[in-house]
Amino acid sequence: MLGPDAVEQSVQAQDVLLSVRGLARSVGSRRLWQGLDLEVRTGERLAVSGPSGVGKSLLLRALAGLDALEGGEVWLRGKPQSEWPMPQFRAEVMYLLQRPAPASGTVGGHLAEPFGFRIHAGKRYEPGEAARLLHHLGRPPTFMDQDAAHLSGGEAQVVALVRALLLNPTVLLLDEATSALDAETAELAETLLRTWVDAGPARALIFVSHDRTQQERFATRIQPLSGVTA
Amino acid sequence: MSVPISLFQVALAAALIGLNILLSWRLRLGLGRDILIAGTRMTVQLLLVGLILGWVFALRSPWPILSIGLVMTVLAAQAAVGRTRGRYPGIFLDAFAAIFGSSFILTGLALSGILQIRPWFEAQYAVPILGMVLGNTLTGVSLAQDRFTSDLSVSHSAIEERLALGATRWEAAHTTVQTAVRTGMVPTLNSMAVMGLVSLPGMMTGQILAGASPGVAVRYQIVIMFVIAASSALGSLGAVLLAYRALLDPRDRLQTERLGGGGPR
Repeated sequence: MLGPDAVEQSVQAQDVLLSVRGLARSVGSRRLWQGLDLEVRTGERLAVSGPSGVGKSLLLRALAGLDALEGGEVWLRGKPQSEWPMPQFRAEVMYLLQRPAPASGTVGGHLAEPFGFRIHAGKRYEPGEAARLLHHLGRPPTFMDQDAAHLSGGEAQVVALVRALLLNPTVLLLDEATSALDAETAELAETLLRTWVDAGPARALIFVSHDRTQQERFATRIQPLSGVTA
Repeated sequence: MSVPISLFQVALAAALIGLNILLSWRLRLGLGRDILIAGTRMTVQLLLVGLILGWVFALRSPWPILSIGLVMTVLAAQAAVGRTRGRYPGIFLDAFAAIFGSSFILTGLALSGILQIRPWFEAQYAVPILGMVLGNTLTGVSLAQDRFTSDLSVSHSAIEERLALGATRWEAAHTTVQTAVRTGMVPTLNSMAVMGLVSLPGMMTGQILAGASPGVAVRYQIVIMFVIAASSALGSLGAVLLAYRALLDPRDRLQTERLGGGGPR
């Protein structure tokens, strides 16, 4: 069986960004999933779907290395997560929390904050680029000067999304990242993300959404996540 | 020497606790039981200590004194952890290490380096000074630990958001560490600020009652306060850093589920 394996390996080397083998996770004594395999290639917008409580958020958290893996491994461009320094891994595989944390200061200051982390030392915060992205999501230039502590849930999601895009990750993990947005802004966000993924060279995103029409409209592929039978 | 005090006089003072009980009963504070237990504990503990100290002062070896210091430290760590709401597995050992490290180093420094007591373990000095240092360090440690664990729970999502954006655990949590250490240091600073104006510290008062000249008593008090301030700062820092290591692992993951609450779903 050397032939197909070799072909698969070379394909993997070329465009598989993130791959997962045999991932397992339980909460308390309840096993959510085990033996989970997943592959995300350049240009993909993968939807993870499944009923509530099946562990979709936990899957994204595991991919970002925010929870310890109970079994299996996650590879980023062929290198296992355990061999990456975590800040470097997360700068590439970036997870957006379901509900953005409360912020302080101005929106602009909040957007600039992660540029102070050592891992982003080579990057520079460009207010112009931030304003451009915000504009794409229907926010006026004055939005940058607003008090970040008084943002609505939807506005906070807009800020979180722009903050991640400015950091230029490889794989974006979106956990209901547009759930608090109005339908119009949600579609603007989809367009922005579509353009972002396609602008490559090697970008992809995985998202969790409870909106079935959004899944069908936005995903290039849907990965069902079903519970493990006891 | 101070005027001798009889057990009857002590009992008279104990009757004063009736005031606390009356208040608790009238205002429905629900503290009656706690007040009785605290009062009884304090009395029994001090009477016992009086006996033990009398025996220890007669000894000429450092070992019994060191063992007493160790027992005192264990009790201090227990008290510190008892006042902390967010506990993680291993918090007691961490509190013990922080209190032991800071109190013993600074008491040792004070005895042998500053006060130049010979021998340094002279019980008459070592035990009371260590006791005062421990008592204050434990307050700092428990406040710092409590503040750190509760801040981690409260700003859980903000810290995790930073981690998810590529922050190291230190970048994500150092402001929480700073706040907690500051919290641990504040009580000592506050008491130093009003010392002599509002409060006359116990040790100084005791020395004066025992017949020492106020000048000498004041100097001792100043030395002790600086030792206490340094020890509670070092203890708070130690406790918070140990808690930081326990709750943010080397793979830059926040582990607030170790605090006993449920993790995020």
